[in-house]
Amino acid sequence: MLELIGISTYSLFGQLLVGLINGAFYAILSLGLAVIFGLLNIINFTHGAQYMMGAFAAWMMLNYLGMGYWPALVAGPVIVALTGIAIERSMISKLYRVDHLYGLLLTFGIGLIITGIFRNYYGSAGLPYPVPDVFQGGIDLGFMYLPVYRLWVICASALICLATWLVIEKTKLGAYLRAATENPSLVEAFGINVPRLMTLTYGFGAWLAAMAGVLAAPMYSVNPNMGIDLLIVVFAVVVIGGMGSIAGAIVTGFALGLIEGLTKVFYPEASSTVIFVVMAIVLLVRPAGLFGKVA
Amino acid sequence: MTTIDDYTEEARQLDKEPAMSVEGLEAWYGESHVLHGLSFDIREGEVVSLLGRNGAGKTTTLKSLLGLVEKRKGSVVYRGQQLIGMPLRKIAPLGIGYVPEERGIFSGLTVKENLLLPPEVRPGGMSLDQIYELFPNLRQRLSSQGSKLSGGEQQMLAIARILRTGARFILMDEPSEGLAPVIIEQIGETVKRLKNEGFTIILVEQNLQFASDFADRHYIIEQGTVAEEISNSELVNDMEKVRSYLSV
Repeated sequence: MLELIGISTYSLFGQLLVGLINGAFYAILSLGLAVIFGLLNIINFTHGAQYMMGAFAAWMMLNYLGMGYWPALVAGPVIVALTGIAIERSMISKLYRVDHLYGLLLTFGIGLIITGIFRNYYGSAGLPYPVPDVFQGGIDLGFMYLPVYRLWVICASALICLATWLVIEKTKLGAYLRAATENPSLVEAFGINVPRLMTLTYGFGAWLAAMAGVLAAPMYSVNPNMGIDLLIVVFAVVVIGGMGSIAGAIVTGFALGLIEGLTKVFYPEASSTVIFVVMAIVLLVRPAGLFGKVA
Repeated sequence: MTTIDDYTEEARQLDKEPAMSVEGLEAWYGESHVLHGLSFDIREGEVVSLLGRNGAGKTTTLKSLLGLVEKRKGSVVYRGQQLIGMPLRKIAPLGIGYVPEERGIFSGLTVKENLLLPPEVRPGGMSLDQIYELFPNLRQRLSSQGSKLSGGEQQMLAIARILRTGARFILMDEPSEGLAPVIIEQIGETVKRLKNEGFTIILVEQNLQFASDFADRHYIIEQGTVAEEISNSELVNDMEKVRSYLSV
């Protein structure tokens, strides 16, 4: 049937796979943004740079320290998380008492500075990062070709999202986070160290972004601009999903990636704008977002 | 629940000293100067109530004791420690529990998570079984979301989670507000029991009858200062007079 409209299944499912991968990254990044915004009330414009730093951490570990993919996957996001903690402690936390717009401006500026520094040293051309040996090659499924590495990215992303959801919704630490998101001063009046919780949450958001960056490194070339375009789309995803639920952010991310992929197959000209069209519609119909809690 | 605990002995030594002594407390919300030099004290094991009209500064007083206001000045000494200048998160570990006016039940948490949220600050807090015995309704609602509880259940949960922590100095803000008489009676029984167990309680109330059921003394707050101090027997004898005075 698809042949009738001149689209092969390989093309369709190939594009859906790309969409699913993009969706996985949208999910991880919008999750990080939502968690940070929920507790800190800061829109973290540095998120794209943190994603990029994750990819660069992997590249640097390989090219400067001779350390491969698996150490990069473990250490890279941790290093970026530590820089995030430093940023929160030294700068972002000073702005909690004032209008949250200043936090947005601050993280925006920091993102620009970081991207600028990397661009200065590494230019704008992409740097290659090899696919790890164990994930080389692909599987022909008959209706599509599935590169093994991409299968790994999808599985790893789903795992990360699930683990994050479990920690937030089912553990004691998650309960502290959910409570502090609702009423931080009351939680502090119970004796819980809310400022430290905020620092750790920011670090965790940065960790998520950087983790996506490491996963992305072998697929997209590692370059200082890789976070910028992604971040704009991720913000649209967050608006669509709403800040209300963790599960909502995850589902919205994957779904929009797939929608983008489908659009690429049937109406490629619209593929770069379809998410923003959805965002406009959602803002008109349900401004709090699909899963957002109406204030 | 133990009635003789590790610091009742200490309290006996400090017998001459009040548990909490407030001197010249001032507080601001932004530009608004809400408390203008409030002074009172409360002894170990006493129940003291803060009475007054809406907007008199009763809730602000409780918040200022903890440090939940933007700016405060003056002196709040609790068992020998100055609380002004102390970060908010260090207050609860001193054994001070807070039951806020709006109850503060977290809607994103289940009843059980709400109950277990405040960390233990002193040994000798109520066990979960003891809490379920005191508040049987809560046991049935453990996995419900916090927001699904009725007003009375939320009030019980707000008190229960503090009792679990072992705090023995409780700030309670209008526990009877908006509740049906039957529930108020239940809450009242709980407060009475806490008093018998030797808890020290500062109670903010508009319901004079409720306050007179267990408070030993009352402070009438007016425009951010203490206008008058009356004993409970004075209140009971002149309740109508006080009530009309407060409703003007």
